[in-house]
Amino acid sequence: MAMTLKLNGTTRDVDAEPGTPLLWVIRDELKLTGTKFGCGVASCGACTVHLDGEPVRSCQTYVEDVEGAEITTIEGLNSDISAAVQQAWTELDVVQCGYCQSGQIMSAVGLLSETAKPTLEEIDLYMDGNACRCATYQRIRAAIQRASQIMEA
Amino acid sequence: MTLNTSRRGFLKSAAATAAVLYVGARPDGAIAAANAEGAMLNPFVKISSDGTVTAIVKHFEKGQGPATGLTTLIAEELGIPIEDVAYEFAPSDAGAYNNLFLGPFQGTGGSTAMANSFMQYRRAGAAARDMLLQAAANAWGVDASTLSLDDGVIKGPGYEAPLADFVAAAAQIAPPAEPRLKDPSEFKLIGNEAVRRKDTPPKINGTATYAMDLHLDNQMIAVIARSPRMGGLVAGFDESDAKGIKDFIRAAELPNKAGVVVFAENTWAALQARAALAVDWDFSAAETRSSGEIRDQLLAAVNADPEYNVTDTDQAAIGAAIDKAATVLDETFYFPLLAHAPMEPLTCTIEATADGGVILHDGCQFPTGPHMALSQILQLPMEKVQINTLFAGGSFGRRATPTADYQVEAALAFAVTDRTRPVKLVWTREDDITGGYYRPAFAHRVRVGLDGSGNIIAWDHRIAGQSVMKGTAFEDFSVHHGIDHSSVEGTSDTLYTIPGHFVGLTDVAKATSVLWWRSVGHTHTAYVMESMIDMAAKAAGHDPVEFRLDLLAGGDTDQARIAGVLQLAAEKGGWGKAADGRTQGIAVHKSFGSYVAELVEVSGNAQDGVQIEKVTCAVDCGIAVNPDVIKAQMEGGIGYGLGHAMRNEITLTEGAVDQSNFPDYEPLRIGDIGAIEVHIVPSTEPPTGVGEPGTPPSAPALANAIAATGHRVTSLPMVNNGVSFS
Repeated sequence: MAMTLKLNGTTRDVDAEPGTPLLWVIRDELKLTGTKFGCGVASCGACTVHLDGEPVRSCQTYVEDVEGAEITTIEGLNSDISAAVQQAWTELDVVQCGYCQSGQIMSAVGLLSETAKPTLEEIDLYMDGNACRCATYQRIRAAIQRASQIMEA
Repeated sequence: MTLNTSRRGFLKSAAATAAVLYVGARPDGAIAAANAEGAMLNPFVKISSDGTVTAIVKHFEKGQGPATGLTTLIAEELGIPIEDVAYEFAPSDAGAYNNLFLGPFQGTGGSTAMANSFMQYRRAGAAARDMLLQAAANAWGVDASTLSLDDGVIKGPGYEAPLADFVAAAAQIAPPAEPRLKDPSEFKLIGNEAVRRKDTPPKINGTATYAMDLHLDNQMIAVIARSPRMGGLVAGFDESDAKGIKDFIRAAELPNKAGVVVFAENTWAALQARAALAVDWDFSAAETRSSGEIRDQLLAAVNADPEYNVTDTDQAAIGAAIDKAATVLDETFYFPLLAHAPMEPLTCTIEATADGGVILHDGCQFPTGPHMALSQILQLPMEKVQINTLFAGGSFGRRATPTADYQVEAALAFAVTDRTRPVKLVWTREDDITGGYYRPAFAHRVRVGLDGSGNIIAWDHRIAGQSVMKGTAFEDFSVHHGIDHSSVEGTSDTLYTIPGHFVGLTDVAKATSVLWWRSVGHTHTAYVMESMIDMAAKAAGHDPVEFRLDLLAGGDTDQARIAGVLQLAAEKGGWGKAADGRTQGIAVHKSFGSYVAELVEVSGNAQDGVQIEKVTCAVDCGIAVNPDVIKAQMEGGIGYGLGHAMRNEITLTEGAVDQSNFPDYEPLRIGDIGAIEVHIVPSTEPPTGVGEPGTPPSAPALANAIAATGHRVTSLPMVNNGVSFS
């Protein structure tokens, strides 16, 4: 089925069967592989993208439901908030294996878009669905707070 | 001088330019060097005529840091900023890139990446520097000893030029037999906390390529339907229901009958087609036991005389001494099967080359194994098999199997095609959680006798579990006189002075495929040792830190170093000064050459909910090459150890795995640990492991903290043994 998606500021024509998770359209058809496959059941957050600015799990979002919405992947991040998050991630060397980090960053940008100065409790609550098997959580927390500082400056 | 540090195409471009300096080592360890026409094509460092320096990293990057660490060594000795050094992963060549601690194998494991590379990569960098300096000295007519190379610039009295000017000349000079290594006082990068990870930039903008991200032209996706019971074989299958699925190509039985491979044009179609497949299984050789039976078998084994006497001590005499002791502790422990569950599910791609060979694209942990396996299965000579190592999304041991399990699957799948299209094998999370290769289940029973003054007088320790190493290519490495050292490591070689120490081992029959799992035997032995020592301290009425220090007072270096981390963790973590409503537990353990102590502080209690408030870690791993990477590995190792101890286990019902994905194999989450603080002991000793040693002390430190609230946990996971977490 032919569809048109608004993705990262451009429109993309895709051919996908209804019921196909957005994740696989992004990865296999559009070949944007920064969005990761981790569990397929919205339990790890590695596949997080933004839908009209809100983080969603693309593995449990069907392609036919997102026509017309603005989809942003890690490759399309382009805001003061995302720049602050990526700068903080660099300063603190948050990543280890890095496989979950696209999703962590998409969620962190979502959090800071809603709450510019989150408390540790707010960070833990918001980021709870983003698993990191390397357990980089201490640095994720610190980097979100650092990004908040950078945004303020 | 402008250097491009992210030129992934450098290998090809370097081959096209005449002036390149390669420096590496011969199999006997001697420094070898060559120019572009030279014979040695697999070096540790390459310097092109424009001055671009590339470190060739022989260990794969799963997050533990060798891309940064090995590059640091080259940059340090060469005298150039680390930002100006590019890196590439080495091809599969066990002659050039073997792990010096594992013999003729190229591979990453046992927390050896830095330890085995430290001198090798420094020597290569130093030799390249000496050759560049000699070339400049020749050109300027001065003595090389008057020259220096710093920040990529060669300087001498009245002279100054970028190193690029001398690459061509240096490539014609014989390498020094013994390059001058920097004195530690000259280090600018080694030990420098400000050095940043080399792999951060591509991992925060989505450009890092993991094996799962590879998309080759005309590739097919392969997923495999595997037996729901361990060891079942395909009896037949029906693909009728898959035929209507768009982009499904076909299904085929794997030549070894271990599964049915489904080929499709894309991943989603492959997954749907697999779900539509009907497979008949032959379970006659399959595992049919349930976890409870395996557990009973292990517990029975530790209550009987063990198969092996590990310590070669007098079990009967030690048992008799315990029977007569003033106080006897008698505890039984049980540890379940555990999956590794790296974030990136297993995957690799096999691509045919124009010359009739193949390339394996893989986050390849142990290239030599899959290299040989592909050669055998695809009936290709070794030189026709290449391995392209990509970033790996975690491993924790899972990507290195003695059987090269998933690479073999990919090869078998590729073998049933006409070999014209690349085949990308994809595992799902369900495949991963149910796919075997678990940390084996283990039982321990320990009886400790204390005299009237609280001194340990005898210790009877029996261990039962499934050997990881027996029957594998690593058997000779780890199994001696029938005893798999990886089943008992951390017990018989404990650094505590224990009089009358007996350790016995019983190997139990295979129930599932098992595998090393971040810190291997130490995952269970440290838990038992550090729980028992804590219980002994309590029985003796002594402070747990003081009690341990008394057992480590023998005066040898090993004991001094482990006592050092124990004292540092106690000091930095405020041992004995927990806030109201909080309790503390401590544990210390040596593994992979490194000494790690961890102090866990919790609030709450087992019944109402425990919250891990803070973990304070002290580590002595010799020279800390990249201190911030070491801290990250401790943080991660602690999280990995605690998360699994809290709530993870793999169970079997009639040979089928009960868990399937993260909802029932719940990973550690961000709120589970309040804070982690890591302190590194300054050292001039050679570097030792950091990837694994953070894990062993974490769970027993938590158990000891919870025990201080009145509940001792001797079976894991904790959530199934009387502990709730907030």
